[in-house]
Amino acid sequence: MSHYLLRRLFYAVLILIGVNLITFVLFFKVNTPDDMARMQLGAKRVTPAAIAKWKADRGYDQPLVWNSERQGSEQLTQTIFFQKSVEMFRFEFGRADDGRDIAREISQRMWPSLALALPVFLIGMLVHISFALLMAFFRGSYLDVGGVVLCVAMMSVSGLFYIIGGQYLVAKVWSLVPISGYAPGMDALRFLWLPVLVGVIGGIGSGTRWYRTIFIEEVSKDYVRTARAKGLSELVVFYRHILRNAMIPILTGAVVALPMLFMGSLITESFFGIPGLGSYTIEAIQAQDFGVVRAMVFIGSLLYIVGLILTDVSYTLVDPRVRFE
Amino acid sequence: MFLPVILWTDALVFALLAVLLGALLRVRRSAPLRASWRRVWRNPAALSAALVLSVFLLIGLLDTLHFRPALSAASVPVTASAPGAASASAARYSSEVRSVLDVLLAPLASRSERTYSAPLATHAYARETIELPDGRQVREFPRLRHGGAHLVQLDDWAEDVMLRVLRGLVLALVLWFVLSWMLVIALRPQAEGGTQDRMHEGSRMSAAEFSAQVWRGQSEIPWRSLLITLGFLLALILPIGMLVPEYHVLGTDKVGQDVLLLSLKSLRTALVIGTLTTLVMLPFALLLGMMAGYFRGWVDDLIQYLYTSLHSIPGVLLIAAAVLVLQVQIETRPEWFPTTAQRADFRLLALCFILGITSWTGLCRLLRGETLKLREFDYVQAARAFGVGHWRIMRRHILPNLMHIVLIAVVMDFSGLVLAEAVLSYVGVGVDPSMNSFGTMINAARLEMGREPMVWWSLSSAFVFMFFLVLSANLFADAVRDAFDPRLHIGGRSA
Repeated sequence: MSHYLLRRLFYAVLILIGVNLITFVLFFKVNTPDDMARMQLGAKRVTPAAIAKWKADRGYDQPLVWNSERQGSEQLTQTIFFQKSVEMFRFEFGRADDGRDIAREISQRMWPSLALALPVFLIGMLVHISFALLMAFFRGSYLDVGGVVLCVAMMSVSGLFYIIGGQYLVAKVWSLVPISGYAPGMDALRFLWLPVLVGVIGGIGSGTRWYRTIFIEEVSKDYVRTARAKGLSELVVFYRHILRNAMIPILTGAVVALPMLFMGSLITESFFGIPGLGSYTIEAIQAQDFGVVRAMVFIGSLLYIVGLILTDVSYTLVDPRVRFE
Repeated sequence: MFLPVILWTDALVFALLAVLLGALLRVRRSAPLRASWRRVWRNPAALSAALVLSVFLLIGLLDTLHFRPALSAASVPVTASAPGAASASAARYSSEVRSVLDVLLAPLASRSERTYSAPLATHAYARETIELPDGRQVREFPRLRHGGAHLVQLDDWAEDVMLRVLRGLVLALVLWFVLSWMLVIALRPQAEGGTQDRMHEGSRMSAAEFSAQVWRGQSEIPWRSLLITLGFLLALILPIGMLVPEYHVLGTDKVGQDVLLLSLKSLRTALVIGTLTTLVMLPFALLLGMMAGYFRGWVDDLIQYLYTSLHSIPGVLLIAAAVLVLQVQIETRPEWFPTTAQRADFRLLALCFILGITSWTGLCRLLRGETLKLREFDYVQAARAFGVGHWRIMRRHILPNLMHIVLIAVVMDFSGLVLAEAVLSYVGVGVDPSMNSFGTMINAARLEMGREPMVWWSLSSAFVFMFFLVLSANLFADAVRDAFDPRLHIGGRSA
């Protein structure tokens, strides 16, 4: 087990290096610092001196991968690649264009993100699984068919409409909650329940349908037939046998998403004005702050890979048949 | 008269059509493929969805035939053009790129108002200060320049609208009967006992009998659902067509453009993103997936490493990063794009590529897994034993057996991509702001929700169009997956 984990960790680091290389090529090779400077300072009339100053302020005035002007190890370290890309592994992301430290900003903003994403995830899963169980229990009936049709219809609505509709109905027409905003501590509840509700409803279509497929697949397996042949009631078959076995794909599917909850949701956060990582990313994209976007790409990949490793571990925990050699 | 213009995305759409045509010929020749497609058509929802989709596709295609109109006819004053018109063929073309759809909808485009107006309205949405003939000033809702301008008396409005809708419905009913009858005549199968070689009229089922069969839902292909959908479509399109000449059926937006026009123009963007993205990523996914599965060893490791790394980056962020980079490239090189249409088109194409880069990994993994399985099959082993080259084996023996996965991926991805476009445009990394798309419509409509009274029609139009496009795509995709996925098929038979 530990041997296997070590190998997975080694592979994870390799992938992170790959991600890092991809972002490096994208941000510094395809798009040279000169391009970025010209973009930020206005494309047309810009003096070389202004560009040089812009680059120097941000530490982009060094060679990309090899500094031939320095001696010894500084030939490698005094480069953009080392300063901007390798440093990320130490969680040193540098400063955003507004001068704030990116790492600090991220560590502060991930909590509001989590406060929104975690309830959406947990409540959502509960609701989707309940609906899916209901539909699978009455499979083939009008309830099931109607449910599937409703799911497909709900999947066909863009997430943007759920948010706009929710804001309009709950916040504007009924005036139950503020349209957007955030407050720390318990006050956050007032601002959070609408986005959570919208998030849960928005996910019902695809979520319920996905879990239903899992349950239906389990229903047609041999052990279910055996259980029925033993004379167990359909309800017992469902809760004792099917639900338990279906939990394996459900849990492992959930674990992979767990770390990504820190990243928050881009659209929901910016619509509701929640100062999380999602809105941070959107602001950075709109302000074309490349440093922040690069940091978020790195964090996102890191969390995803952590999720993958956790998935592997959770397989061994919930399914005794799985073993790693 | 006009100069045809083929933008990059146009060229790719035409290429896609050629591919589809080639695929159609292949399907006609191969019995198993025909059987699979028959399974798709046996699904009533898929049949209806295909009809709706094809209406959208037709609109999108009309919007893809681009040209630059000659200047002499349109914009040079009539007096000046008379003597020199013949020699004007030496080509002075407008710099504005138009499409066939623009020409068809030219009346809509030319009848723009000053600002917002509600659907079917005769008056503007907000009060304005109007000077009366006697010099007094009052604040009231001004009459629209075009919406309902033909009405002499405003009291006639309701009657006029009703009459037009009614006329449209009657026309729809007549047209529906004609089309249904033609369909029944053309499609009626061989009568029971009539053999293939006696193809004269007598051996066919009588039209009355067949239409009764269709009506009872007993025909093999559920034509009834197709006809019902056709009826609804006609009952929707024709009344609107009757109203369009005098009203803004879906209202107007902030600068007075007809919202119906904007929605129809947005369709092409959605369709291009939904289809071309998968098309441009397909060669990579196919080649890399097959190579990884077929060669195994270090090739497999390398390709797996590549797509795992790409897949680890959260999709939106990778897209955002790539679009940011692209934006810089476009902004710093204005000399590449002589017209705004070309710039917008380039950006759309680039967006397709960027979306493709992020979405090929899933397909690649599936193809790799399937190839791993296929390469151990006897006929592949036999081919290898005969000394057939690797590439030839991949092309002749493996590629055709991967096509069902490709097809399923293409149709399943479509709806997700259409939805993604709206989100990306909202984030600011979508299509060019000058390009019509549902994303830009929703984005603009967000601010309108806060107005008093609320401007709801742009958002609702975008919602309705997107909903039906994505819904029919989803239904169609489900049917295709069910018909082509051999796993499901075998499972269904044994159960």
